Amino acid sequence: MAEIAEGPDKGGKKTKPKKHSTKIDMTPMVDLAFLLLTFFMLTNTFNKPQTMEINMPAKPKTEEKEQPVPASKTVTLILGKDDKIYWFHGEVDKTKMEVTNFGKDGIRKILMDKNTAIRDAKGEPEMVVLIKPKDDSKYKNVVDILDEMNITDIKRYAIVEVQPIDLEQLKLQLNVE
Amino acid sequence: MSKVKLSKHSPSLDMTPMVDLAFLLVTFFMLTTKFRPDEQVIVDTPSSTAEIKLPETDILTLTVSRDGRVFFDLDGQGTRKALIEAIAAKHKVEFTPEEIHTFAVMTGFGMPVSSLPQWLKMDKAEQDAVEQPGIPCDTIRNELYDWVIYARQANPKVRIAIKGDRDVNYPVIKQVIGTLQAQDVNRFNLITNMEVGS
Repeated sequence: MAEIAEGPDKGGKKTKPKKHSTKIDMTPMVDLAFLLLTFFMLTNTFNKPQTMEINMPAKPKTEEKEQPVPASKTVTLILGKDDKIYWFHGEVDKTKMEVTNFGKDGIRKILMDKNTAIRDAKGEPEMVVLIKPKDDSKYKNVVDILDEMNITDIKRYAIVEVQPIDLEQLKLQLNVE
Repeated sequence: MSKVKLSKHSPSLDMTPMVDLAFLLVTFFMLTTKFRPDEQVIVDTPSSTAEIKLPETDILTLTVSRDGRVFFDLDGQGTRKALIEAIAAKHKVEFTPEEIHTFAVMTGFGMPVSSLPQWLKMDKAEQDAVEQPGIPCDTIRNELYDWVIYARQANPKVRIAIKGDRDVNYPVIKQVIGTLQAQDVNRFNLITNMEVGS
């Protein structure tokens, strides 16, 4: 047992601590740090989803006197199949329907023109847009048209059900089912 | 003419500041990261120019997949627990405490209440394998109505967000919106993503 202890035969020499450098190789640590950094950067979900806030008109509680909007101020957009928009100004059976699309020169131009025209004619800036998505339209169309309202800065619009008379006129005038 | 002496510095440089920076960034990303919750269906949301960000808490998400199935998701464990208990009482479906716990900690789902207990018994892998039929929300059986109304009771601050696929047919969305309007929710959010290009 006692053999383990260093014998006195070393002659009183002190054991010198080895002169290792105090620097250590940090490369593996750096590798690890950057690996983690990359991992967290890539998994991080930076972009919170964006939303569009919409307010639907409250359902009328009773058969109430909803104030009818003068037809001369309303522009109706019927959203149809294959990204088509059928639109008319005024009452459905007294005006001609037209077809347009979601392009820049399509619905946006029409809405802007109509907006200024109605404002100039009546002296009040209150065009009302009725959006009527047909049953074969896509959700994307509805979002696009709401976006278009946002872009053209039209404040008064509503999503409403498409009426039988609208469909009738669509078939009659443009031969669209 | 003496030659320009090349300095005999060792080529290794002090990496300490770089390591400091790297770890600082690691810490930052570790603390700010929030893992993307696994989604029940992949939904390709339409793009818009809207710039409002969705808040992170108190959100009720109604996801509508491309084929018109409706999924329900709500955040907050306590809220979810209160919700499932209310639904159990309403639909007379028994849930064991384990099933209630599973429901409280998981994410969204889309199935009728009647098949929910069986689904909650499964483990994670099995749950993912099940093709979920969506929550019934037609005029005959509108379970979505109950889910939304009890969720609003469990957390009155909740905001409703609709996350629809861009190619879903509009009548499905109309049905969902109609369900919300039937309980006087006239204000809600549509989740979109950033407009690409023009």
